[in-house]
Amino acid sequence: MSPAFLYGGAGILLFALGLWSFLVHEPLLRKLIGFNIMGSGVFHLFIAIAHRGDGLPPDPVPHALVLTGIVVAVSATALALALNSRLEAADANASASAHQTHGRGADEHADDAKRRRWPTR
Amino acid sequence: MSILLLAFDAILLTTLLGLATAAVLSPEPRRATMLFIAFGLWLSLVWARLSAPDVALAEAAIGAGIGGALMLAAARRAARRHADIDADATIDTSEDAR
Amino acid sequence: MNRDLSLLIGILVSLFAVLLLWIVYITLSAETGPRLATLALEQLPESGVSHPVTAVLLNYRAYDTLLELAVLLAALLGIWSLGPAPAGFQLAGPALAVMARWIVPLAILTGGYLLWVGGHAPGGAFQAGALLGSAGVILRLAGHPRAGLPSEEAQRWLVVAGVGVFVLIGLLLAALGYGFLTYPKAGAKWLILLIETAATLAIGATLAAAYVGGRPLGAAPPSTPTPTEDARA
Repeated sequence: MSPAFLYGGAGILLFALGLWSFLVHEPLLRKLIGFNIMGSGVFHLFIAIAHRGDGLPPDPVPHALVLTGIVVAVSATALALALNSRLEAADANASASAHQTHGRGADEHADDAKRRRWPTR
Repeated sequence: MSILLLAFDAILLTTLLGLATAAVLSPEPRRATMLFIAFGLWLSLVWARLSAPDVALAEAAIGAGIGGALMLAAARRAARRHADIDADATIDTSEDAR
Repeated sequence: MNRDLSLLIGILVSLFAVLLLWIVYITLSAETGPRLATLALEQLPESGVSHPVTAVLLNYRAYDTLLELAVLLAALLGIWSLGPAPAGFQLAGPALAVMARWIVPLAILTGGYLLWVGGHAPGGAFQAGALLGSAGVILRLAGHPRAGLPSEEAQRWLVVAGVGVFVLIGLLLAALGYGFLTYPKAGAKWLILLIETAATLAIGATLAAAYVGGRPLGAAPPSTPTPTEDARA
């Protein structure tokens, strides 16, 4: 019983750590890392419960659920990162056009550089 | 024997939690991402110890590998953007100085 | 975010964690009832494969896997709908180029091995697909703008292959009177292998396309010829 609780408890601590990071930190990448650690905590709890002591075959059903979960977590991360990069591009364009209306010639180099880096649609 | 195993488990889990804390607390995006990849690989080790080799393989390949590669690309973009903002700031100050 | 608020959130999250720990402790110390593991291991000879995790994924809980492939497809459609892919990296230096030339075929070979071995040992469609996907990531890093994927139209076929083959086989079985995704015992092994092969190709293509991060670019420049094997990555 003790090792199972040890591993299950570690899963819950990971979940709490990820949840805290997800709520507290501002940048999206740090939120995503927190989110993924949160998910890993849940997966870890599943694996810990599926483990029925050394020597016994583990429960295959939670393993299959976790396998599915890992793929879904990564696809959600990929979608979030793609959304983020589009948001960044939109921000860069907005600030670039704001600078242009100020008519400050020195910024135009920076604007051009931004436009080269994030092609607009 | 069982004491030894328990100590082994404790070391595995302490390192795991330590890596997760370091990944969560580091403000620099690239550093945080690399720590997250290390965390994912360590997690797959722990799962291999819990007799879940399938899940360990998938976590190492998908969670740490592909997820880490995606995040590294985003972290590189973020670092570049910071450098960009710094560059803008220097341009602005030089303008003001003139 | 200010310090006090993050401290408050920290305290609340810790309290929540203590509650969860207590619940897990109670659950683990209670007498365990009948577990699904017994049933899953008992029915294993009927499932067509001898590895229990593959049996759960592709036989007992095939709906799960089907919907999971659908989630993967939906995420990729989301990424594609956000616009065209950003330009790729410049062509790699000699060290990375040589490494990619060795690693990519090895990853494809290992993927095929994992796919086959999934029937009776740890491995299977997800791990094999992940390897194909990472082969694509390496190609993209080495300067191949489409991560070794084929043309846009072929990519569309590849990424729906997993869900498509899964649903087609399910419907075919239902039409033959077995019920949706209920395999006949004789053909179960080959049906599972067929579904897994399609799922592997779809997962690999989807992960690589997600790394590219946008709708596929047009024709690849003629300076980077695509080896035929890359089509699978």
